[in-house]
Amino acid sequence: MSKLSNAQIAWRAAQDIEDGAYVNLGIGFPEMVAKFQPPGRQAIFHTENGILNFGESPAEGEEDWDLINAGKKAVTARPGAAFFHHADSFAMVRGGHLDVAILGTYEVAENGDLANWSTGPKGVPAVGGAMDLVHGARRVAVITDHVTKDGRPKLVKRCSLPLTGVACVTRVYSSLAVIDIEAGRFVLREKLAGMSIDELQAVTGAELVIPASVGDLVVPEL
Amino acid sequence: MDKTVPDLAAAIAGIDDGMTLMIGGFGGAGAPIELIHALIDRYGATGSPGNLTVINNNAGNGRIGIAAMIDAGMVSKMVCSFPRSSDPRAFTEKYLAGEIALELVPQGTLAERIRAGGAGIPAFYTPTSFGTDLAAGKPTKEFDGRMYVEERWLKADAALLKAELADTMGNLTYRKAARNFSPLMAAAAKLTIVQASQVVAPGQIDPEQVITPGIFVTRVIAVPHPQQEEALIRVGAAYL
Repeated sequence: MSKLSNAQIAWRAAQDIEDGAYVNLGIGFPEMVAKFQPPGRQAIFHTENGILNFGESPAEGEEDWDLINAGKKAVTARPGAAFFHHADSFAMVRGGHLDVAILGTYEVAENGDLANWSTGPKGVPAVGGAMDLVHGARRVAVITDHVTKDGRPKLVKRCSLPLTGVACVTRVYSSLAVIDIEAGRFVLREKLAGMSIDELQAVTGAELVIPASVGDLVVPEL
Repeated sequence: MDKTVPDLAAAIAGIDDGMTLMIGGFGGAGAPIELIHALIDRYGATGSPGNLTVINNNAGNGRIGIAAMIDAGMVSKMVCSFPRSSDPRAFTEKYLAGEIALELVPQGTLAERIRAGGAGIPAFYTPTSFGTDLAAGKPTKEFDGRMYVEERWLKADAALLKAELADTMGNLTYRKAARNFSPLMAAAAKLTIVQASQVVAPGQIDPEQVITPGIFVTRVIAVPHPQQEEALIRVGAAYL
């Protein structure tokens, strides 16, 4: 079965970010979304450790290690950037000031529950800002492979892993589909053209609501 | 009023066994390496201060800074949001061996608990962690139809912070994202100790530019050309 690459999932998520939106991208895979802003649009990226309007990483050897993002990668400050302390940073997060947060996930449930911080009791637990980010942004989206590496659905009826937040996700961009979470249900918006609804349902762990019109999920080669 | 002290040993005087320390920094940005290493030196020479609780976003990286404190055996508990790093060996080994305790706190809750401690607010409600394992045992309450978790303030006996510019009255500015937790910690500790890359006379910092007002600062030590934690990690530096 053909599916989108991570870059293509990130590209699709980037198309829904409006010009001038304040956006937080989770560390790792979601950071890729910044690369695919449509021409003519410029989002303002927030990082939890205290920068608004940061830009790409500098060239190797040009890093300033006091200018890093939440993933501790060296970044640059764009014109119009601002620095602030952590209480202000999380006021932006919880206070409803961000337009969009885009996160990775282990599981997402049909009621919007998200599990993306812990795979269980083994090892050293770490949470960072994930539990804060899922509250406050006007849209909380996840980007993810539709299934795990061993083929199990990541879109599920109820999460089995420890929760990051309850009923917080509003949209899922997967490797096969774009799905909204509305009234505790997965509502299919777009799917790959070569795939039937039955095939998509078979790899989804909860029932898909199929509206009258479902778009094709079309992305460029990247 | 002059809050400057002559050397690092004088700066860290009074930090004692069993204390709770806030240490500024997010990863390497803002980590007060010279103050931390001075504390390790004193521990090496005198066996004190030990049994410390350390509050920081992370739990050390590599073999310097907080990781070196943990390796030295000075730390009995970490309060942090993300005890992982590019080289988390120091904390990980002790944690898995049951030799160090961990209080894991969501990053924004950690910041707000410290802010509350400095602001005289004993508890507050946040949506963060509601319905998760990290809210276990905490009171919850509904406000305007939404559920929130009660969190308590965090305070410390001492804070170790890194600033860019200080005046002798303790007014501070920071460098870029090295600010992070430090303005919050400055207010939340009884003894706030600041290493500044440059110390200037009162009036040399425009009051409009002051980020941390001097009322929150106890001591200032000039540390020109401070070491940067991430730069040390990248060359494989080890303090012990």
